[in-house]
Amino acid sequence: MSKDHSSGIIMPSPAPTSLVTRRNALVGGAGLLLAGCDQINASPTVKSLLGLGEKATHGAQRLVTDRNALAREFSRAEMSPVFRQNGNQNPGTTEYNALAANNFADWTLSVDGMVKQPIRLSLAQLMAAPRRTQITRHDCVEGWSAIGEWSGVPLGLLLRRAGMSGNAKYVVFHCADSTGGIPYYESIDMIDAFHPQTILATHMNGAPLTVGHGAPLRLRVERQLGYKQAKYVMRVEAVASLDGIHGGKGGYWEDHRGYQWFAGI
Amino acid sequence: MATHYADSEAERASDVASPLIYRTKLPVRIWHWINAWSIFVMLMSGMMIFNAHPRLYWGQYGANPDHPWLVIGHRGTSGFLSVGGLEIATTGFLGYAQGAAYAFPPMVTIPTTYSLADARQWHFAFAWVLLISATLFMAYNLLSGHLRRDLALKREERSIAHLWHDIKEHAQLRFPTGEAARAYNPLQKIAYLGVLFGLIPVVILTGCTMSPTLNAAFPLLAELFGGRPSARSIHFLCATGFALFIVVHLLAVVLAGPFNELRSIITGWYRLPKERSK
Repeated sequence: MSKDHSSGIIMPSPAPTSLVTRRNALVGGAGLLLAGCDQINASPTVKSLLGLGEKATHGAQRLVTDRNALAREFSRAEMSPVFRQNGNQNPGTTEYNALAANNFADWTLSVDGMVKQPIRLSLAQLMAAPRRTQITRHDCVEGWSAIGEWSGVPLGLLLRRAGMSGNAKYVVFHCADSTGGIPYYESIDMIDAFHPQTILATHMNGAPLTVGHGAPLRLRVERQLGYKQAKYVMRVEAVASLDGIHGGKGGYWEDHRGYQWFAGI
Repeated sequence: MATHYADSEAERASDVASPLIYRTKLPVRIWHWINAWSIFVMLMSGMMIFNAHPRLYWGQYGANPDHPWLVIGHRGTSGFLSVGGLEIATTGFLGYAQGAAYAFPPMVTIPTTYSLADARQWHFAFAWVLLISATLFMAYNLLSGHLRRDLALKREERSIAHLWHDIKEHAQLRFPTGEAARAYNPLQKIAYLGVLFGLIPVVILTGCTMSPTLNAAFPLLAELFGGRPSARSIHFLCATGFALFIVVHLLAVVLAGPFNELRSIITGWYRLPKERSK
């Protein structure tokens, strides 16, 4: 009697043969379902629908956060014992090798685009400029985090010196490294560009940047994920739109791998 | 004809002993299905995201040179799961399965082929669905009295003895019948409350804690969970909690009568199981 708790709506128990069929159907169905899932994933309509989520995240984060809020800064005791290298670890071009061989004495950074007075700075000039040193957490899109000390020139300082045009909306970082012949680049908006912790770092953990970490200059934009922290920066360009630049999506990973431009999470 | 007559006769008899009642209100049913879909997408895309770095850490930093408390990995074609230094062979399920050396096999991830970028698009789009629907449902719970009336444990249910009795009944697969089946039973309530007030809020907050932008604006977030790597670990544990809930939930549905349970969560109508003779 106690087994009969599901009352009058007991379904007819399937015969063993129908069970096997059902199981086969399930397994076959799962295969179809998977193929279907991948088809859904590849559909442009679905991609643009999912893109709405990205836009919402970007908009909401800008809406609810203080635009000048500082990323947490840590003490030296809290730093990662070993800071993992990631992405390209050496541009390896003849040009770059020559610069590296000479300790980047011949290297220059160009700040141009929509500015009143384009500037070109040597590493020595950058070193002589006002600096900011910060111990921050680097968050990779893959999920790992490392804490390190970065020291360099605030980007806002250089942009003000060059005299940004009021029409400029983005700052693009052109880099010396490339992947499969495709050059690396990244871009950020003016909120991040003029954020006090956004620096062009020449030093990491108290020493000049190593080649593996982006020598001689890398971007630190502390409220974004790792792939936004462009290494081997050669040129900083102020632009009104990202459209004409490489693939038009604002960065190597954005153009070629579908990563989000606003890496806010 | 005769068969038909007999059927309706039997039906009429059963209507008296076990009547159909309207048990599950529309907002509950709508939320259930939206939430079920988004949780599945979140789990499957989340497993793909985890595949990008299948290691978990406690503290403020955590990367390959650091000590993980959980790893899903592979050596050659052997998969393993390592938790707190204890290693379990998981070939065919985790670490290495279907000829692919990923923590979670292609069968369970969105998309099936490795793409962290696509998985993130799915995850963050459905995170909005989850967040908005959970917020609205929470408001409904509070305003409609569903929480107080149907979900909160009644005074008599809050005793250890009562809960212990309920646990024993569940262990023997004896589910409530008759009038007692009109309401959720205590273990069921605890499971639902755990999802609503435990798993969902914590999974959303730990998700937000992985955002460097939100960390900067709300430093309390990372402090609350003991750092971004810790928040990521807790996020993963919540996901495991959801997976366990789904297993138990589906098992309960099957054991309690899948047709009746499904009808109830689709149409709202539920046939009260006939009172068990003592």
